[in-house]
Amino acid sequence: MDVISRSTRASRIAGVLALVLAMVLIAAPWWGSIATERLIGEFMIYLALASLWNLLAGYTGLVSVGQQAYVGFGAYVLISLALLAGWHPLLAVPVAGIAAALIAIPVAALVFRLQGAYFAIGTWVVAEVFRLVCAQLQVLGGGSGISLPAATMKLLGDSRMWREATIYWLALALGFVSVAVVYGLLRSRIGLALTAIRDNETASVSLGVKIQRVKYAVYVAVAGVTGMIGCLIQLQKGRMSPDAAFSVNDWTAFVIFIVVIGGIGTIEGPIIGTLVYFTLREFLADLGSIYLMILGVLAIVIMLAAPKGIWGFVKDRFGLSLFPTGYRVISKD
Amino acid sequence: MEWVNAIIQGILVGGLYALFAAGLSLIFGVMRLVNIAHGDFIVAGSYLAWILVRATGLHPLVSLILVIPIAAIFGYVLQMVIFNRTLGKDILPPLLVSFGLSVILQNMLLETFTADSRKLDAGTLETGSFSILPGVAIGYFPLLMFGTAIAVIAGLQYMFYHTALGRSFRATSDDKEIALLMGLDNRKVYAAAMALCLAVVALAGVFLAIRSNFDPFMGPGRLIFGFEAVIIGGLGNLWGTLVGGVILGVAQGLGAEIDPGWQVLAGHIAFLAVLAFRPRGLFPRMT
Amino acid sequence: MAEVLLAIEDLKAAYGDAKALHGVSLTLNKGETLALIGSNGAGKSTLLKCICGLVSNKSGKIGFKGEEISSLLANEIVKRGIALVPEGRRLFPSLSVEENLVLGGKVARKGEWNLNAIYGLFPILKEKRHQPSTALSGGQQQMVAIGRALMSNPELLLLDELSLGLAPIVIKDIYDLLPRIVGGGMSAILVEQDVTRALNSASHFMCLQEGRVSLQGAPHDHSREAITRAYFGT
Repeated sequence: MDVISRSTRASRIAGVLALVLAMVLIAAPWWGSIATERLIGEFMIYLALASLWNLLAGYTGLVSVGQQAYVGFGAYVLISLALLAGWHPLLAVPVAGIAAALIAIPVAALVFRLQGAYFAIGTWVVAEVFRLVCAQLQVLGGGSGISLPAATMKLLGDSRMWREATIYWLALALGFVSVAVVYGLLRSRIGLALTAIRDNETASVSLGVKIQRVKYAVYVAVAGVTGMIGCLIQLQKGRMSPDAAFSVNDWTAFVIFIVVIGGIGTIEGPIIGTLVYFTLREFLADLGSIYLMILGVLAIVIMLAAPKGIWGFVKDRFGLSLFPTGYRVISKD
Repeated sequence: MEWVNAIIQGILVGGLYALFAAGLSLIFGVMRLVNIAHGDFIVAGSYLAWILVRATGLHPLVSLILVIPIAAIFGYVLQMVIFNRTLGKDILPPLLVSFGLSVILQNMLLETFTADSRKLDAGTLETGSFSILPGVAIGYFPLLMFGTAIAVIAGLQYMFYHTALGRSFRATSDDKEIALLMGLDNRKVYAAAMALCLAVVALAGVFLAIRSNFDPFMGPGRLIFGFEAVIIGGLGNLWGTLVGGVILGVAQGLGAEIDPGWQVLAGHIAFLAVLAFRPRGLFPRMT
Repeated sequence: MAEVLLAIEDLKAAYGDAKALHGVSLTLNKGETLALIGSNGAGKSTLLKCICGLVSNKSGKIGFKGEEISSLLANEIVKRGIALVPEGRRLFPSLSVEENLVLGGKVARKGEWNLNAIYGLFPILKEKRHQPSTALSGGQQQMVAIGRALMSNPELLLLDELSLGLAPIVIKDIYDLLPRIVGGGMSAILVEQDVTRALNSASHFMCLQEGRVSLQGAPHDHSREAITRAYFGT
């Protein structure tokens, strides 16, 4: 008799390892230094942004070069709530998420009128609008930005250790949530719809898959989570100018490189890509702009020679899947 | 009167924006490719002219005799070696490859020339002007820029609809399989289109460099202006792109009159307004 | 003594994973017209596309005038004297009637066909020469497609489903002109759904069934029943 299985042996092993890893990571404030927490936190930020961008571009076909709009937006929601209303930063995070999702609705209504690469540039324009508007808001620091008030930071914890730990745990949580949301979505009916759209849009329309609605939903959901990540980044940095909060390089270019190098259209790809990115950064960042050029060359070479990225190559070669979303028929003969 | 002046200057700078946009429009029409590094190539054109002017002492506009062919040859090679490999049903490869090129180009310019902003000096042409109304001066150079834009667009239109090259562009873009049966090697057709595009891009770059300061990071901004001009004007219509450039220039000029910090933002708002109310642009031609 | 123009040996072809031809061999002599018949999906169009170089996933030999052309690109093959009138016409919508024809003559070899000759064959096209090709009726578009292929003065003309989507009287008019089209020593392969017309227009025929040759020869050598059997594979 045949059985339909949704997991692979590799994925079950990975699942156990992940659980162990999670426990180790959560305990980091006790075994690691603040610098370690910051590094892991940054890793989580990029992992989250990469997973979300991958969902947008690799699965939904929405190649956005403007996600920095929501990063900055989330950061500015936090600053507004903290500075102007004295809110606890952790409360601001979910609010920023909802606000980002809400503002993504009219944005989507506009940019979805554009196709393909023009859509990409359109999202970039929107991010620029957000940036320019925020730079005009003198009450929030205008063009040079403003620091989160000390009082707000105190709300996170009495000692520096607790403050850093709280930010760190928030980073872990958001990293986990992002990957979980992406994985959950792709295993669900929406995921099936997305794969159908990706493989053959015309056919899936005829099957009744409401493509526009699915795209809208994914875009808005991703914007919401990205907004929360923006809050986190603001908390980590303490002070950001509009240029930094809405930076194309930091929140889009690097993210794109991570996903392309790791493997676009796979869930494992962003994880591999983030690892590669941080490793490269460790050794090459001193080279400054040459380091960026290397990243660019690497992305181009991979796109031309191995468009599915490192994980795509591994998956095709060895049939591995750590985050299986498909269905496998197992013959129990 | 400042408002009239702002509008007139806006119209004239629209010519420069149309030059930014013309290449984008051409490439998209022929091979459905949008080169994210387009703006960076414009800036690279500025730097190329800067090197040549320093080395030869030529007037910037005369340096075009060298800049344009160099850019065209580079465009041909770029398409043959890199972009032709990315074309296909998937929009991701060309987009991501051109994104990579953008980053590489910006940092290469940064490494070679530092972040200092530079400018090309065109002498009296730059500073001379004449007055048609009290308080409204029309500079020779902006007028030249606008006139060149009209000439370039007219030239491209003529090429596209009345020459064998243009016929090969239209046929290949219609049906590249059957175009093969006409003896048209689409790799070479695309390369010719990219050569032409970068020639226009280089021209725009030289004008940009004369008009204002430039630095390695100005590329994305120019790409966005060109893109906005294309969308406002309407896809598939080069004259529409000129109108789009003018509207963008005027919007920016009016925004600057309200507040200097509003200049670029006003242009974006005009673009978003057109996107909201006339999503296909003002004079669309493509289906 | 008949001169061999086209010699195909064991041609196999596929689109992705879907195999379309399973080993087809044929020989065409100079001046001959071969009718290629078979039901939908039998592989007729695929065979023509293989000859032109539009199918890359293939194996086997294709010899044209003694030269092996199976690994050549389509734009190289047309220079050697093969032209295709594609299924569904496939005119260039952005080009006018005359531009379509002129483009067809881009790789023109010496011969009788030029713009004036085409207009002589299809006078209606001269009237409509500057109109976009899409503005013409189906039959007129078919004329443009034929004219476009003739402009290169090919030695081998491939005609894919001339009658597709056309009214019977239009089909008749076009087929009446066929002798003039392939006159003058031109060889042709004619793919046609309408079996009777096909067999009436050709000196030889080949029937394909699911990518394989099921019957071939001269039309009058085979009975109606035999041909029907070969067509449907019963």
